[in-house]
Amino acid sequence: MSKKKIRIATTSLAGCFGCHMSFMDIDERLLDLAEIADFDRSPLSDIKHCEQCDIGIVEGGVCNAENVEVLREFRNHCKILVAIGACAINGGIPALRNRCDLGDCLEEAFLTGIGVTDPKVPGDPELPLLLDKVHPVHEVVKIDYSLPGCPPSADTIWAALTALIEGNAPQLPYELIHYD
Amino acid sequence: MIFCPLPLRGEGTIGHVADQSGFQPYFEAIGFGRWSFIDLLFRSRSLEIDTAESLDAVAAVVDKAVSQHGTRPQHLLAVLRQIQKDCHYLPKQALQSVARRFSLPLARVVGVAEFYGFLHTQPRGEYDIYFSDCVIDVFHDSEALMQRLCHRLRLQPGAVRGDRRVSIDTTSCTGLCDQGPALLVNGWPVPRLTPTLMDAMADHIERRVPVTQWPAEWFLIEDHLCRHDLLLNTPWRPGTGLKNALRQGVGWLLEQLTASGLRGRGGAGFPTARKWQFCRETPGDHYVVCNADEGEPGTFKDRELLKHYADQVFEGMTLAAFVTGARLGFLYLRGEYECLLRPLQAALRQRRCLGLLGRNLCGLMDFHFDIEIVVGAGAYICGEESALLNSIEGLRPHPRNRPPYPVTCGLWNQPTVVNNVESFAAASLIAVHGGEWFAKVGTEKSKGTKLLSISGDCARPGIYEVPFGITVAEVLGLCGSGETLGVQVGGPAGTFVAPSDYQRRIAYEDLGTGGSFMVFGSHRDIIDIATRFAQFFAHESCGFCTPCRVGTSLQLRLMEKIRRGWATAGDIQELESLKQLLEASHCGLGHTAHNPVQHTLAHYPGHYQARLRDLDFSPGFDLDNELETARQLTGRFGDHLRQV
Amino acid sequence: MPTISFDGQEITFEPGQTIIEAAMASDLYIPHLCWHPDFPPHGSCKLCSVKVNGRICSACTFPAAEGQEVVSSSEEVRQLRLRLTQMLFVEGNHFCPSCEKSGQCELQAMGYYLGMTDNHYPHFFPVRDIDASHPHVLLDRDRCIFCELCVRASRADGKNVFELAGRGIHTRLVVDSPSGKLGDSNLDVNDRAAHICPVGAIVVKETAFRIPIGQRKYDRRTIAEVSVAEEAPLLRKRYEQKED
Repeated sequence: MSKKKIRIATTSLAGCFGCHMSFMDIDERLLDLAEIADFDRSPLSDIKHCEQCDIGIVEGGVCNAENVEVLREFRNHCKILVAIGACAINGGIPALRNRCDLGDCLEEAFLTGIGVTDPKVPGDPELPLLLDKVHPVHEVVKIDYSLPGCPPSADTIWAALTALIEGNAPQLPYELIHYD
Repeated sequence: MIFCPLPLRGEGTIGHVADQSGFQPYFEAIGFGRWSFIDLLFRSRSLEIDTAESLDAVAAVVDKAVSQHGTRPQHLLAVLRQIQKDCHYLPKQALQSVARRFSLPLARVVGVAEFYGFLHTQPRGEYDIYFSDCVIDVFHDSEALMQRLCHRLRLQPGAVRGDRRVSIDTTSCTGLCDQGPALLVNGWPVPRLTPTLMDAMADHIERRVPVTQWPAEWFLIEDHLCRHDLLLNTPWRPGTGLKNALRQGVGWLLEQLTASGLRGRGGAGFPTARKWQFCRETPGDHYVVCNADEGEPGTFKDRELLKHYADQVFEGMTLAAFVTGARLGFLYLRGEYECLLRPLQAALRQRRCLGLLGRNLCGLMDFHFDIEIVVGAGAYICGEESALLNSIEGLRPHPRNRPPYPVTCGLWNQPTVVNNVESFAAASLIAVHGGEWFAKVGTEKSKGTKLLSISGDCARPGIYEVPFGITVAEVLGLCGSGETLGVQVGGPAGTFVAPSDYQRRIAYEDLGTGGSFMVFGSHRDIIDIATRFAQFFAHESCGFCTPCRVGTSLQLRLMEKIRRGWATAGDIQELESLKQLLEASHCGLGHTAHNPVQHTLAHYPGHYQARLRDLDFSPGFDLDNELETARQLTGRFGDHLRQV
Repeated sequence: MPTISFDGQEITFEPGQTIIEAAMASDLYIPHLCWHPDFPPHGSCKLCSVKVNGRICSACTFPAAEGQEVVSSSEEVRQLRLRLTQMLFVEGNHFCPSCEKSGQCELQAMGYYLGMTDNHYPHFFPVRDIDASHPHVLLDRDRCIFCELCVRASRADGKNVFELAGRGIHTRLVVDSPSGKLGDSNLDVNDRAAHICPVGAIVVKETAFRIPIGQRKYDRRTIAEVSVAEEAPLLRKRYEQKED
C-alpha cells in the first residue's frame, strides 16, 4: 500500500516565472517528485484553483489586487507556504517601480506620454487594479519558509522541498543561500 | 510698522525696511519678527536666489550673522539659526558662504543644518509655526486647533503656503504642557491656544502684522510654581555661595557636596561631587557645561529655573569652574526656550558687573571664568550629554562612544563637567548652607528635593518642588487629579506607573526622573498614549545606529497597526523582540525607546488584547487604500480588498 | 599579557585594544560592517554586538579588560545580528539581482553567514537619489547603510568628499560639492573613499560583473573567512607601524 501523496501547489505572482524555470531544472528529479507528489494549482498542471494542499510555493511579489487574492487562496489552502525567489521575498525587480508614484506612471503611460492615442487608463474589470507599491509576500500573508535567489538554484529548491516532504524545516547550507 | 514700496522686478535697488514703529528693545535685540531684505526680495522677485542683488543680500545676511556670533565651531549653530531667521531657510549660497567662513567642507555644514528640526534647506513661511505634538498638548485638542489654523490660512499641515507667507508643522514638546496646547511662531511660544485665538492669529497673518506687534497676552507664559521647598524657597543673593566656597576652599566645597548627597538632576543620578572631583583630577583644559536642553516631553522645570533662578544656576557653574579650574562654560539652551536667551544674557552681564564672572573673578588673580550660551535648534538627542557636546562643537549631534566619558574626555576632548540646570542651582545653595542642610530632606539614597513638571489631567498643573521619597499617590493629591489611568514619570523614556503602583516613590532607587510627570485621566486611551510616545522616539532618533534608527520606526509601525485594530498576537511578540534589539542601541534614547510600549503592555494587557485580531497574521498596511490611486484613474470605485 | 575569555577561549590582548581588535589579533572573527582595521571605530552598525559579562556591548568600541567574559557565538547573539541585518535590508532598497556589487557585498555576505533567508520586517522602500554624475564612480544611495566608511576614508584622503546629513530614518549620504553631485566633487577614482564601501552604494564604474558568478569573493568563502584572511593582517600591520 503506497503512502498518500503529497499535494503541491505553485504560482507566480509579480514574478517572471524564472523560479518556476529553476524548479524545472531539478531535471530527472522531477520523476522522483512525481512518485511522491501530485501537483494541484500550478502552471504545470493548469488547475485554476487550490484544493487543500500540503505545500504551496509562491513566486513573485504582490503588485495588484489579483495577486492578493491568489496569495490568500494559497495561504488558506496550503499547510506550508513557501516564498521562493527575490521578488516574493523583497519585491525584487518589480519593486523597482516603488520609487515612482503609481498615478504618475499610469498618467504617463496612458494619458500624457509620447505617442499616446486615445488617452484613457484601461479600466476593464478583467484587469486587476494595481497597488500603490509592490510588496513582498510576507507583508500580506504569513509565510512559513523562504528560499532566496534570483532564482534559487534547482539544488536549493530540491533541498528545501525534500526536507519539507520529509517533515523537516529546510536548512540550507552556505553554498545554497544566494540573493542573486 | 510701515514698509517702503517694494521695487518691481528689474529695478536696480532692493527695497529696505523703514522701522518707524519703535520695537521694544527686547524684541529688537533678539531679531524676532523683523522683515529682512530677503523677505522682501523673495516676495517681490523670483522665488529663487539667482540675481546678483539676491546673492548680495544673502552675503549680507551671512556677514551679519558671522559678525554677530563669530566663526568658532561653537558659533556655527547660532549663525545657521540667524540665517534661518533672516531668510526663512538656509539658501545654498548661504551654506556655501558659512562653510567658507568656518573653513569647513560644505557637506559638513549641510550635515549639521539638516539634522535640526528648526533649520531648513528649503524655504519656510515668513510665519513659521510649529504646534507641539506632545501627547499632553494633543489631549488638549492641539490637532483640531492646528487643523483650524490651517483651514483658515488655506494650507495643509506640514506645508508651506504658495506665497511663502506661512508654514505650519508639528514639533516635539515645547515645554509648555502646564499651559498648553502651545505653538511656536518664529520661535516665540504661544501657550493656551483656543479656537478664537487661532482665528485671530490667522487674521494677523493674513494682514501681515509682524509677530512683534501681536497682542502681548498671547505670549504670556504663566509661572505655575505650585510648591516651593529647599530650592525655590531659599532666598538667594548673587555671589554668596561662590564667596563662601572661595573662603573655605575646594576641599571644603567638595566635602559639602559629598555630604549633601546631591546627584545629577537630569535623571541619571551620578553623584555631583564625584563628577567634579574626577574632572578636577583629570589634567587638561577643563570645561563646565550646563545642560538646559530639557526635551523630555512633559518637562518644563528648567523654563522656570532659568527664568527666576538663572543667577543661581550660573553660580553653580562657576563653583564647578572653581573646583575644576575651567575657564569657559557653556549653557546649552534648547531652541524652544530661545525667548529666555535675552534675559539669560542680561543675567550673565550682571554677574560680570558684580565681578562674579569674567577675568579675575572675585578679585582673584588666577580665577577666570566666563559662560557662553549656545542655543539648540530642535533636536531632543542634544539632551544626551555627549550629543550636546558635539552640538556645541558644531558637529552633527550624534552621541559619542563611551568610554571615555565627558568627565575625562568631553568638550574638544578635554575634561568636562556636564550637569543639569537643577543640579547647578542646588549646588549654589549647598555652597551657602552646607551639605547637611540639604541632606536633611529626602531619602537615604536620594537627598534633597526634586522639581516635578506636572501636566495632564489634573486640576493644578505646574511645577512642584517635592522632597525625594514622596509617593506618586501623594503627588497626585497635591496636583488634584481625579480618576486616573496612570502616570508617566520621567517622560516617554521613563516609567508608566499604573494605579496599583501609586505607592512607588520618586527617588533614584525607585522612580528616577528628570522631572516630567504626566497625569492621564481614566478616559484616556493607553494605546494612543504609547503610540504617540513611539512616534516621539522615531522622530527624535538621531539615525546613527541601526537598531534605533530602524527599530524606532518599526516599533511605531507596530503600534499604529495595533491602534488601527489590525494587529495579531504575533505583533505583540514582535514588539518584545524589538525591545531586545533596541537595547543594543548606541545610547540611552534607543535603550529606553521601548519603555512606554513595554510598560503599558505589562500593566494594561487587556487594553492591548481588546485591539488584537484573533488571527495568525494580518497585514500592517492599508491594503484597500493602496488601490485608491488605481480606482481613481480607472473609475472602478466598486473594487475593494478586505484587510485580511 | 592580560586575557579575556572569548566564547570560552582565553585570548590575550594589549592594553588599549578593543574587543574586536583583541579577537582579530587572535584570528577570531566578530561580525561587523562599519568597522575597518584602517580607520577609527564607529560603532553604528551594531553587528559586532557581543555579550560582555552579560551585557550587550559593541565589540568595535568597547575596550578589552582583564577577566572579561565575552560571548559572541551564542544563538541569542546570532539572532540579534540576524535581525540587525534584516533591518539594514528593509530600510534601504537592496535588490541583489540588479546590483553590481553582488557576490562581493559585505551586507549580502553577512546575510549568508547568518543564514538569513528572508527580510522578516516590512520594507520601507525609501525614495533616495542616485548620482551617476562622476565619470568613474557611481553613488547609489538606495544601498547605503550609513557606516560612514567613505566619510572616514575621505577624511584620511584629505578630501572630505562624503558626509552624512538628515536625521533618523531620513539620514542620507551627501557629497561635498557646490551642486551636491559627485561629478562636481574632487573625488578621484583612485581615492580610498571610492573603494571602501562595504555594499554597493559607492561602486567604481565599468568594473561590474567581471568576475563570473561562482568565483566572486563570497561565493566560496564566508565573510568570516575573508575577514580573518584580509583584515587581520591589516590590523597587524597597523600595530607594527605603531611600534616602529
